Amino acid sequence: MIQFDQVSKRFQGGNEALSQVNFHLHPGEMAFLTGHSGAGKSTLLKLIALIERASTGNVIIGGKNLNRVSRHAIPYLRRNMGIIFQDYQLLYDRTVFDNVALPLIISGFSSREVKKRVHAALDKVGLLRFEKKYPITLSGGEQQRVSIARAVVNKPALLLADEPTGNLDPDLSREIMDLFMAFNQVGVTVLIASHDIPLINQLNKRIIQLSHGKLLTAGNGS
Amino acid sequence: MIENNFANNNSGESSSVQLRQLKPSFSSRFKEFFIRHLQVFFYSLGLLSRTPFATLMTASALGIALALPAGLFVILDHARQLSGDINSINQISLFMKKEVSKKTIDSIQKKLENYPEIAQVKHISRDVALQEFQKNSGFGDALKALKNNPLPDLLIVFPSLTHNEPEQINNLLTELKKIKQVDLVQLDIQWLQRLYAILHIGQRGVLIIGSLLALGVLLIVGNTIRLAIENRRSEIVVMKLIGGTDSFIRRPFLYTGFWYGLLGSLIAILLVNLSLIIINDPLAHLSSLYDSHLFSLGLMGINVSLMLLFSGCFLGLMGARIAVGKHFKEIEPK
Repeated sequence: MIQFDQVSKRFQGGNEALSQVNFHLHPGEMAFLTGHSGAGKSTLLKLIALIERASTGNVIIGGKNLNRVSRHAIPYLRRNMGIIFQDYQLLYDRTVFDNVALPLIISGFSSREVKKRVHAALDKVGLLRFEKKYPITLSGGEQQRVSIARAVVNKPALLLADEPTGNLDPDLSREIMDLFMAFNQVGVTVLIASHDIPLINQLNKRIIQLSHGKLLTAGNGS
Repeated sequence: MIENNFANNNSGESSSVQLRQLKPSFSSRFKEFFIRHLQVFFYSLGLLSRTPFATLMTASALGIALALPAGLFVILDHARQLSGDINSINQISLFMKKEVSKKTIDSIQKKLENYPEIAQVKHISRDVALQEFQKNSGFGDALKALKNNPLPDLLIVFPSLTHNEPEQINNLLTELKKIKQVDLVQLDIQWLQRLYAILHIGQRGVLIIGSLLALGVLLIVGNTIRLAIENRRSEIVVMKLIGGTDSFIRRPFLYTGFWYGLLGSLIAILLVNLSLIIINDPLAHLSSLYDSHLFSLGLMGINVSLMLLFSGCFLGLMGARIAVGKHFKEIEPK
């Protein structure tokens, strides 16, 4: 599902965020991406989401080499990924329902279908009763669950999360991680950047470790 | 293609996959496309109505910018119609020599009426002319003191509509001057030519002012949309991150531009008609002083109104399109 092949990323000014990274994440696999701040975790996720482009090497997602994806094709590629951020990235002038519905509306689903899917997604994260509320009235954990509902509502094959529990206490963090585990169990490929080592160690999943832009361990990838 | 690739990979390699990549059917997407357009159309209006004061200020600025050329156009259009009326009643006055008898004048009248260049000839006898002059001039009593009627007989020649061009009129004039019994041939054509020249300058002026103010409308809308884009930068980033295409994300901004154009032109129509109502009364008074039939600019015609609405909406859309094209590419997820 995700394949990194000798990938380096240099930013303007010569600072190298990633150098010669190789790893392979299979479909249906779940992995944690760890490392100190500035190790290149976010950069790696950005390469997958096409927010940044690799300087050298190939990033291959679902059989598609991202070097050959035109700017025009990026939105269609992103519709196959659910992306989750530390700061949730919700739209605060719209209700929970409207936030979660957005990916479906972008793809052009009928209103009936949108309603059905949004309810299913909100139900999965346990927030169905909040659909008419505005995100600002919810707690941090609830907001993160709204953003997860939005990420999974069009059933993407791949979930990416950048420090999804960064702003949450340990109990809430565990709940969020359990949600990711549940999605992984039904076949979604999941890659989570996190430096919450105690929590990650409890979950017994593959760990990909970065240090200063280099791959330290790629975990037990099959 | 990309989506298929992606989804197949997923379902092909893992048989336990229950969450499949969702894709709406083509017919659903086609139908939804129009429904969403309509929704965004009214959604953007809803956004504007959330800030009614700011919206009204921008729309009024657009309205004033559109009203000025539109108003000038209306006035110029009327002036041209009016001068057209004058042109169609072009007339040449033939003042006869005093000693010419009524019989000779009648025969001259008959002869002239047979000219193809002439539609009609009207005879105003010196007696009738004197009566009218006494009645209308206010010199009635003074004229009564005169022993002899000082006025000549007058033949008024109306050229036929097919011979109404200035050059043809001039030819007719030389022809008429050759008649021995005619004392004076008079045609006030010069003032008409001057009026035409002035109107022509006026047209150019309206064109220049119109172009400049159209540019102004583009800039006002463009700047307003630029600010709207700036205000909703984070929203645009989120939309891009969850797979919104550029055309999807910029749609509400384009419709916002359209609404500004529409509101602006409605305000312009209101302003122009208001001004016309204000002007019409004193104008009617003025025309009554000239003893002409009551002249009025009326209200803005339906054609001009539609034209104004169309240009307003078009300029609004264009202004938004320019702003969106300029500022959209800079906003990317970081």
